[in-house]
Amino acid sequence: MIKIIKYVWLDILQNRIVLAYMLFLLVISGTLFGLESNGSKALMSLLNVTLMMVPLVSLMFTTIHFYNSYEFMELLLAQPIDRSRLLLGELCGVASSLATAFLLGVGLPIAWYHPTPTGAALLLAGLALTLIFVSLAFLASVSTRDKAKGIGLSLLIWLYFALLFDGLILTVVFMFSDYPLEKPMLIMAALNPVDLARIFIMLQMDVSALMGYTGAIYQAFFGSVGGSIYTLAALSVWLLIPIALTNRIFRSKDI
Amino acid sequence: MITVQNLHKTYGRLTVLDDLSVELKAGQAVSLIGPNGSGKTTFIKCLLGLVIPDGGTIRFGGRSVRHDWIYRQHVGYMPQIGRYPDNMRIRQVIDMLKDVRRTAGRCPAVRLDEDLIRAFDLPKLYDKPMRSLSGGTRQKVSACLAFLFDPEVLILDEPTAGLDPLSAELLKQKIRQEKEKGKLILLTSHILSDLDELTTDVMYLQEGKLQFFRELAWLKTQTGEQKLGRAIAAIMAKERKSERANP
Repeated sequence: MIKIIKYVWLDILQNRIVLAYMLFLLVISGTLFGLESNGSKALMSLLNVTLMMVPLVSLMFTTIHFYNSYEFMELLLAQPIDRSRLLLGELCGVASSLATAFLLGVGLPIAWYHPTPTGAALLLAGLALTLIFVSLAFLASVSTRDKAKGIGLSLLIWLYFALLFDGLILTVVFMFSDYPLEKPMLIMAALNPVDLARIFIMLQMDVSALMGYTGAIYQAFFGSVGGSIYTLAALSVWLLIPIALTNRIFRSKDI
Repeated sequence: MITVQNLHKTYGRLTVLDDLSVELKAGQAVSLIGPNGSGKTTFIKCLLGLVIPDGGTIRFGGRSVRHDWIYRQHVGYMPQIGRYPDNMRIRQVIDMLKDVRRTAGRCPAVRLDEDLIRAFDLPKLYDKPMRSLSGGTRQKVSACLAFLFDPEVLILDEPTAGLDPLSAELLKQKIRQEKEKGKLILLTSHILSDLDELTTDVMYLQEGKLQFFRELAWLKTQTGEQKLGRAIAAIMAKERKSERANP
């Protein structure tokens, strides 16, 4: 598996998109910290950029990479290699390269300008989002053999989690505004990894009560520490289920 | 060596392999013949575990290949259309497979067989990226990779298609050598004269069904023909007649 990760890395380093992604993050976070004298405010802006960009880039890059490495997989599957190991190797290779790009691109400016626990929380949330959306992209890619369909599916996943989901939550809140919604909201927010990541970071900030409905509920219900643990646990479920499903589909897929 | 029982595979509504049972033994050189779309490539891919059959079992040396992968260290495969990562060079592809086989096979001392690489003069092209290769050169790389690890079973899907006459001859010579070493060789081709020289047995597929599996010599004496092509034609004609007689 380590060998497969090595070859995936070699391939990814060759096409330089991940490098460009890292530079982009570096420039954005550097600029945000440079322009804003209050580090916490800059971190808030960076949080919003992260919550939008990381899922989109992870989904798109992974899906395109998967279809482009079809030949690589085809070649290796005729060799004495276990399918699951090949798949996990691919997944770890892509995820680790994107995670490295994120950690360097956002982590270096944070370490330089604003080395606080909240900054570390942002890095952790970004890392979790990278891993989760890479595995969701794998799930989309193994579900269909058609590249256009796969990329379309990935885009839908992004649209749903980044934009549509918030709309749905708002609708529910308005429709049932006469009822106590605290507990249902706890569960509904856990249905979206982007929301979970947002809440996780907000819980580290002292402004959490001011920052949106769900964040306040989490704060009230679990307190900072309990809420962090709950969100991290929910995020790891979001990571494990797509990987398990992907593995199941890939094991019985005709190449 | 390879035992296939009641193999069944459908793509949607289309039945590609229908209750196929066959036993392949070491020392046999089997030609897999059948019209286009008769399931030859699907059968081969099932043997390699690339296509997962819907039913039936494939045993390799007594062990089921379902969810197994170690057996593939004994198999060399030359695909009909070799597809390789575009931005890798020939050298990188060969090195990668050596690297992967070395640990995966759990036997460190794999004897490498680089005869074909030398015969095709491949080292001259080592630094060319795979995407720039012509179809024929790609075939040569595929052939070299299939023979490289000195496997006990060779599965060659249309090995001579797209090769120039000289290279095709070199490849056939290599296949003949390996056959004499007592390996199991399974090959498909539409050039029956090639198969005629190389094989000992004939496996004939039609619409996913095994029509017959016979020794080449038996076929020839039975039909009174000297050429494989004519023998096959004679058998097909006879079968069609008997079908008409008792539908």
